[in-house]
Amino acid sequence: MAAGSADEKRIAIYGATTNYTLPVTDRNGHEYVGLVEIIEPLGGVNSHTDGLHWKIRYNSVEADFINGKTRAKIHGKEFELASPFVLEGGRGLVPIPSLSGLLPRMIGTPVSLNESSRRLFIGNVATHFTAQLNRTTPERLVINFTAPVNPTIATEPGRLRMVFHREPLVGPSSPTLSFEDKTIPSATYSENNGTAEIDVTSSAPLMASFSNEGHAITITAASQTPASSASAAPPASPTPPAAPAAGTAPPPAPPLVARHFFAVLDASHGGDDTGVALTPVLLERDVTLALTRRLRQELESRGISTLLLRDTDGGLTLDQRAIFTNTAHAVIYIALHAASDGRGVRVYTALLPAGEGNNGPFIAWDMAQDRFLPASQLAAQGVAAELQKRQIQVRTLAAPLRPLNNVSAAAIAVEVAPPTTDAKDLSLPAYQQNVVNALANGIVSVRDRLGAAR
Amino acid sequence: MIPRHLIFAGAVMLVAVFSLGIYAGRMRGRVTHVEARADTRPVAPPAAGPTESVTLYVAYDDPGILRVQRVDVALPSARQQRAEEVLRALLEIYLSKNSPHPLPLGADLRAVYLVTPGIAIIDVNAVFANGHRSGILEEELTVASMIQTLTANIPDILRVKILVEGRDRETLAGHADLSDFYDAGAVSQLAGQLQ
Repeated sequence: MAAGSADEKRIAIYGATTNYTLPVTDRNGHEYVGLVEIIEPLGGVNSHTDGLHWKIRYNSVEADFINGKTRAKIHGKEFELASPFVLEGGRGLVPIPSLSGLLPRMIGTPVSLNESSRRLFIGNVATHFTAQLNRTTPERLVINFTAPVNPTIATEPGRLRMVFHREPLVGPSSPTLSFEDKTIPSATYSENNGTAEIDVTSSAPLMASFSNEGHAITITAASQTPASSASAAPPASPTPPAAPAAGTAPPPAPPLVARHFFAVLDASHGGDDTGVALTPVLLERDVTLALTRRLRQELESRGISTLLLRDTDGGLTLDQRAIFTNTAHAVIYIALHAASDGRGVRVYTALLPAGEGNNGPFIAWDMAQDRFLPASQLAAQGVAAELQKRQIQVRTLAAPLRPLNNVSAAAIAVEVAPPTTDAKDLSLPAYQQNVVNALANGIVSVRDRLGAAR
Repeated sequence: MIPRHLIFAGAVMLVAVFSLGIYAGRMRGRVTHVEARADTRPVAPPAAGPTESVTLYVAYDDPGILRVQRVDVALPSARQQRAEEVLRALLEIYLSKNSPHPLPLGADLRAVYLVTPGIAIIDVNAVFANGHRSGILEEELTVASMIQTLTANIPDILRVKILVEGRDRETLAGHADLSDFYDAGAVSQLAGQLQ
């Protein structure tokens, strides 16, 4: 399923090297999350089902769970879950309240769980903030953060909202900060559904700007506008996440009927389609999912909104992948593949079939990519250049690979081969991170030209 | 009472009978195994006709490229049979012991159909696709080498379709698209990229 719905229950996980969110599943009145999905971005993990037993291995730690039972065994020791373990289609689900006890035993690192807002901190990763009001004309509220941030900023009459989807932000001792000022009287910190939020109340329209490489956000009261204009302002219109050095945040956009994403990320294969068996225990569908989650994190941290076509083990048909992409009106589609043969990364654009071609406004399904091929090649070159900068072997080729030819946007497929002759090195977190950093930088380097081409 | 030496003799004979039985059973299993591995498909008769030099675009997995190779092949005069013989010469390399791009044992070309105007249909057997290694580059090398070899040796082919056991198939082994016709010109450009 496409992941991106704001209504979907999610849990946010903040680690030392990566932050990510996962969907939450309700079973018998309890909230569950996939254990493999939580641990996978942290390093190599294997799991398999043996009857009612579900076994998982992370580094040298093995755990054994039994479907329908609360009793589990982790590294040879008994562990009691808050509610029965759930095994669905080979996927092991654990209750969220048990994560604070379970994860330290599995990964050897202390964790902190905020159960009500579903935010999980692995190790000492929290970002703190302070807020100070400067009584200048106009007033300026300066919020300093201990690490760079890039929230989604939305304005509506009487307040400015900053939603932190990716940052491990934690609040002050008191959730409400009072400034004893008429224009900017207070700011409130809250957490919900894997996100943190700072709401700044105001009697005047507010504008936000980033500085100090994302470590500070300055909120400035704009000159007073007629009350009728303020009351006619559109409700809660989110602006796209801006790059940390983007300067002043844009004014409120008109209400959007549907959210448009810049990039659609596709973890190829999934479900029964396992893709290549890279090693006896490493499947292409799992590697592509891990790579895609990392790429999402890196793109969003660079201010690029993303939609994941597949954020679970479920599968989609090739047509469904193209339909989701085209209806999202994305600027670029990026499919992730993995291979055991060769080394480095191969970047593909569509090899168009011998179709009938497009006829005026009617676009042939098999030739939808036709008019976007130059943009796709531009994106492939941008990505290849960044990979080369990192000394990663790269080739750019055309390929008869669906759904590239069905996508009405720039479209590339990235096939990641191992860095050595050993295919299991594909799951090395450092290698995956190096590759996705290059991909994200490559997309950023051509972002403006892709947007213009669109 | 039975003499002791007769009891010993009987016991020895029984052990001998059991041992021979086990040995015979194992030998039979080995023969069955060998038979199962042997390729029992009927061998196509060698093509009749003068030997000609043909150009093959041979895939090399390491380093993932196509190399041009000229070989002498006996070619019949009929255009369709010539197309089949050219592709069989290519598959022979892929099925050889030191293949640069191994195909599964038993992979075969069923037929090539040449349909006017400018359409060629390559029909391979199920083993060819079901046993093919999965991966974008591996599959692309197979498709590109077959189509480019065909169009380089048989003139006037503009579009090529690949069938498996006479039927449409979505992909070769999970990646390379087989659902559409290939444009010979586009594949020629791809072959250039792959060299």
